[in-house]
Amino acid sequence: MIEFRGVTKQFPDGTVAVEGVDIVIPPHKTTVLVGSSGSGKTTLLRMINRMVDPTAGQVLIDGTDVATVEPVALRRGIGYVMQNSGLLPHRKVVDNVATVPLLRGTSKREARAHALELLDTVGLDRSLAEKYPAQLSGGQQQRVGVARGLAVDPNILLMDEPFGAVDPIVRAELQQELLRLQEELGKTVVFVTHDIDEAFLLGDQVVIMQQGGRISQAASPVEILANPADDFVADFVGARRGKRALHVTEVDGQRLVVDADGRPAGVLAS
Amino acid sequence: MNLVLDAIAWILDPTNWEGVGGIPQRLWEHLWISAVILLIAAAIALPVGVLVGHTGRGREAAVTVSGALRALPTLGVLSLFALWLGIGLRAPIPALVILAIPPLLAGAYAGIESIDRRIVDAARAMGMNERQIVGKVEVPLGLPIIVGGIRSATLQIIATATLAAYVADFGLGRFIFSGLKTRDYAEMLGGSILVIVLALVVDGAFALTQRLVVPAGVRATRFTELRSRPARPRAAVG
Amino acid sequence: MNWIWSNLDRVGELMLVHLALSVPAIILSFVVSVPIGWLAHRYRWASGVLLSLCALLYAIPSLALLIALPVFTGQRATSPVNLVVALTLYGIAVIVRTAADAFDAVERDVLQSATAVGYSTAGRFWGVHLPLAGPVLLSGLRVVIVSTVSLATVGAVTGVQSLGSLFTDGLQRGIQAEIIAGILATIVLAVVLDGLTVAVGRMVMPWSRPGMEAARSSSASPVEQADAA
Repeated sequence: MIEFRGVTKQFPDGTVAVEGVDIVIPPHKTTVLVGSSGSGKTTLLRMINRMVDPTAGQVLIDGTDVATVEPVALRRGIGYVMQNSGLLPHRKVVDNVATVPLLRGTSKREARAHALELLDTVGLDRSLAEKYPAQLSGGQQQRVGVARGLAVDPNILLMDEPFGAVDPIVRAELQQELLRLQEELGKTVVFVTHDIDEAFLLGDQVVIMQQGGRISQAASPVEILANPADDFVADFVGARRGKRALHVTEVDGQRLVVDADGRPAGVLAS
Repeated sequence: MNLVLDAIAWILDPTNWEGVGGIPQRLWEHLWISAVILLIAAAIALPVGVLVGHTGRGREAAVTVSGALRALPTLGVLSLFALWLGIGLRAPIPALVILAIPPLLAGAYAGIESIDRRIVDAARAMGMNERQIVGKVEVPLGLPIIVGGIRSATLQIIATATLAAYVADFGLGRFIFSGLKTRDYAEMLGGSILVIVLALVVDGAFALTQRLVVPAGVRATRFTELRSRPARPRAAVG
Repeated sequence: MNWIWSNLDRVGELMLVHLALSVPAIILSFVVSVPIGWLAHRYRWASGVLLSLCALLYAIPSLALLIALPVFTGQRATSPVNLVVALTLYGIAVIVRTAADAFDAVERDVLQSATAVGYSTAGRFWGVHLPLAGPVLLSGLRVVIVSTVSLATVGAVTGVQSLGSLFTDGLQRGIQAEIIAGILATIVLAVVLDGLTVAVGRMVMPWSRPGMEAARSSSASPVEQADAA
């Protein structure tokens, strides 16, 4: 369990990225932080592994204040996946995945063998192991990034807009893959995105953030749609624009679900 | 073209290949002094440059220092040290070290700075400590530019060492100055040709090295680009 | 330091001589390099050949070039013209590369939109491409100013009068102040020429003030420019 208690972050230039955040991130679930740019969602995420230290308040992991843990050791126990994968361009795929275990002193043979298994886990062919990141497609690089994040079998996996830089078709594929993985592994996933649809798809808990780093609402997708906390949330999730106001219409004997503008959203299963 | 033939005849003349002050001795002097200078200057400038590039601190100072050093006329610095330390090897060595520092310093911090910050960020987020970030990520990825700095420093040293023969009895520059004194154009041109060949050979060797130190994974994408645009040294040519 | 005050005339005179050697070389190398740089930008084959030639030229030690040039020019190694030619060649070696980079760096979109709104080929070059490459060209020019002024002193060892003569003379006669005066005068000359160039650059390219994105390269120190390349 990760807990934020009265967390504020003000950068030296005076901008307040996060202000007075209190939130509990439950274990073995996916929590999605969603908001537009400048809402402080990435800052919040990076406070968990001390890439950013709060100026006030505490971040606790299983009751331990992270401020008391040495940052390098802390980071080696937490998986991290970022946009553009952040892979080391001068290392082969397998060595990229094995990086953290090697840093922790695992033998090279063992680390590489485990890395190959992880490639299976994220659905990559082992033949890619000896390639360099630049020789992979964007989607493949992201999968390698996920494998690397899982390499030390961490309890916590931080994902910072991991699917932000790939095209929509690949993104949908990766989202499904993550759902499957999460069912299998049951990690505590904290996921940052600016895409509300992605948040609703992946999140057990969705945290909606607004400018200035405040939390507008933190609840399950169902709860948010049913009871948006305020106008900002209602706007943000599109409830008021009618995007989510779906109704059924019949075309050629098929029952279609369409939104308020008449755009089709799907076919109603009978 | 007679001039060139005379110079080549001078180079090939067996008597110029013998004993004290012969071509092999001068060439050897030029090479080992250049190597020693390079080692001293690199030992000072490279760690500082890498540190500046890694932390971003002192960048302004590094830029200013290397800029100011570069505006110094090499002949003036050599003369001043010769006056202070006397004619001989003691004078050119500190002068040459000072003049070799700017390209080394600049190459080192520019090399580290050239790396995509997101890669460094990811390395830190994974749990690399600062030493590991420098050693396993920044230096290997910045190496082509760092070697570029070493390359221009080396050319600078070879050039200035030629000029240093003005104040010290060493190196291939001696032939040029002795030829100037006796108005023996064959000797000075012969000496110049030797210096030029030395510089071009060393430059070529560095060009090759620079290509070899491009990390394999980076070469896969950047090779063609590097080929058409070798990171060009801006050696001062003093 | 007494030496400096009693020899101000001589220093001033040598500064003028030094200017007469370096300014023509700077202007000449700039004028010659811009078209060559454009060729290197425009044609891929030319780029490889031209830039390699410049690289080779730049690797040649100055003293050796001063001695070897007369073979091609017919001038005496000790003549001022020989020195100016050598300085010009070094200048070209630097600016051609910067110029090619400068033209490369202008965004394709901008050029295409210029064509789209009806610029002719020549009009586009003079009206859009060249001015936009201007700030980077200026930075290359600044590098050459500093290096040329410093390099011109080397001619003193072959007998060409310049501020470098203060070094050779000071060393021979053991006058430390004379050498220091020479070093200072050389730096002052470089700084003044550089400042003038920056001022002219601002007048000609009023849009490239420091602080604006496009001006960042030109406002950076010339040295930094050279090293970043």
